[in-house]
Amino acid sequence: MSEARKTPLYDAHLAAGGQMTEFAGWLLPTRYTELMTEHHAVRRHAGMFDVSHMCIVDITGAEAAAFLRRLLANNIDKLEAPGKALYSCMLNEQGGILDDLIVYWLEADYYRLVVNAATAAKDLHWLQQQSQHFAAGKLQISQRSELALIALQGPEAEAQLLHQLPSLGAQIKALKPFSVLRDDHYCIARTGYTGEDGFEIMLDAAAATTFWQSLLDAGVTPCGLGARDTLRLEAGMSLYGQDMDESVTPLQCGLGWTVAWEPSERAFNGRAALQKQRDDGVAEKVVGLVLDQRNVLRSGYQVFSADDELLGVLTSGTFSPTICKPIGRARVNRNIGNEVMVEIRGKKIPARVVKPVFVRRGQIMPGIET
Amino acid sequence: MSEIKKDLLYTESHEWLEQQDDGHWRVGITDHAQAQLGELVFVELPGEGDELSQGDACGVVESVKAASDIYAPVGGEVTAINSDLEDSPDLVNTDCYGDGWLFAINVSDESELDELMDADAYTEFVDE
Repeated sequence: MSEARKTPLYDAHLAAGGQMTEFAGWLLPTRYTELMTEHHAVRRHAGMFDVSHMCIVDITGAEAAAFLRRLLANNIDKLEAPGKALYSCMLNEQGGILDDLIVYWLEADYYRLVVNAATAAKDLHWLQQQSQHFAAGKLQISQRSELALIALQGPEAEAQLLHQLPSLGAQIKALKPFSVLRDDHYCIARTGYTGEDGFEIMLDAAAATTFWQSLLDAGVTPCGLGARDTLRLEAGMSLYGQDMDESVTPLQCGLGWTVAWEPSERAFNGRAALQKQRDDGVAEKVVGLVLDQRNVLRSGYQVFSADDELLGVLTSGTFSPTICKPIGRARVNRNIGNEVMVEIRGKKIPARVVKPVFVRRGQIMPGIET
Repeated sequence: MSEIKKDLLYTESHEWLEQQDDGHWRVGITDHAQAQLGELVFVELPGEGDELSQGDACGVVESVKAASDIYAPVGGEVTAINSDLEDSPDLVNTDCYGDGWLFAINVSDESELDELMDADAYTEFVDE
């Protein structure tokens, strides 16, 4: 195992008291103060995350669009115009999920992918391999390791960004969710992983520390990986390597909505396998679980019916800082009722089955609390 | 720098013990341990009347990110538990040597106390 890598903001994290840990081969903060404080800052005000460990890959050339139509289970033709973004899974031929990613359409023949850090090497290898089907001069794949990536999230994210970049004010205000704007220094997308309004800002690594410090001075709370996980789980967003991996297809892990079946002639990787699975019927589904007593749900805990039949397993779990109850995301048999049991250290604890989205835009979703 | 109280006994798994006026020993986790875990959201305690052996995993303290077992520092009967922790597990963070105590135990074999560390030894242990 090679030495863990440092993002351009490593020194800033140390200066802010970040408790550093190794994550996907990178040294990143789990928290700076308290996870709960950081979590609430994002739900109520504004928080920021260094996500520079994520891998930015530009896909350019006359064949870029054709390449992505084959590569991704979602369809880039849903993007109406440059400046739009799309969430998608990247599948192998068996329909297994190689990674989940966001694809940004920046301009004609120019797309940008942001993929997970833990899968970056595998993904880049896969992209190279898949590119063999296309004419070399018409397709370029280039990793943009010189860019840093900062996520600014929360109800006050827009005001904070306007304060930082007044010259882009009108464009930032007009930027719709899942849209992206660029100038010479910044590539700013209205995307995120928290369920709040917010932005993901790509900028030159050399400029990252100054930008970060300026946000810090303006009162934005720096947030670690701990809060990132509780926020995304409350928001019902999947985590690669935990909620899904190569052993499952999007149909098995609650991501069926990201598969673009139409047009039927689009031959994307894994399509035949997915089609067969859909025809045969999928035995599993993803649900949310809530416990109405104090505890903490963890991935790996098993889910049982009232009469002790094993129904499935939690793929993510936590104690929800917003709801103040244990919540989890579980992959279970399709036919389960509203009441199940979760086994925690040998004890079976009753859990309510809910939709796996718990909090959006600062509000607890209906039906979650009682 | 975490607080280590004089006159308490300590374990390598970061529990503390303090003798009460009634002769029973209160058990909690140290300031060092609570700081490592972060804000606690759940504490599971042994039952009153449970007979524990030294080293038994007899409870759990959990923050959002981490769960840590509590081990019985000595053997004996659990004579009291801190039921306030059910609704306010963060008392362990705010007052780990006071209102954040976990349970009390009636030590069955006092020689087991000799195996524990005093404050100086624990300070050295944490610094290592």
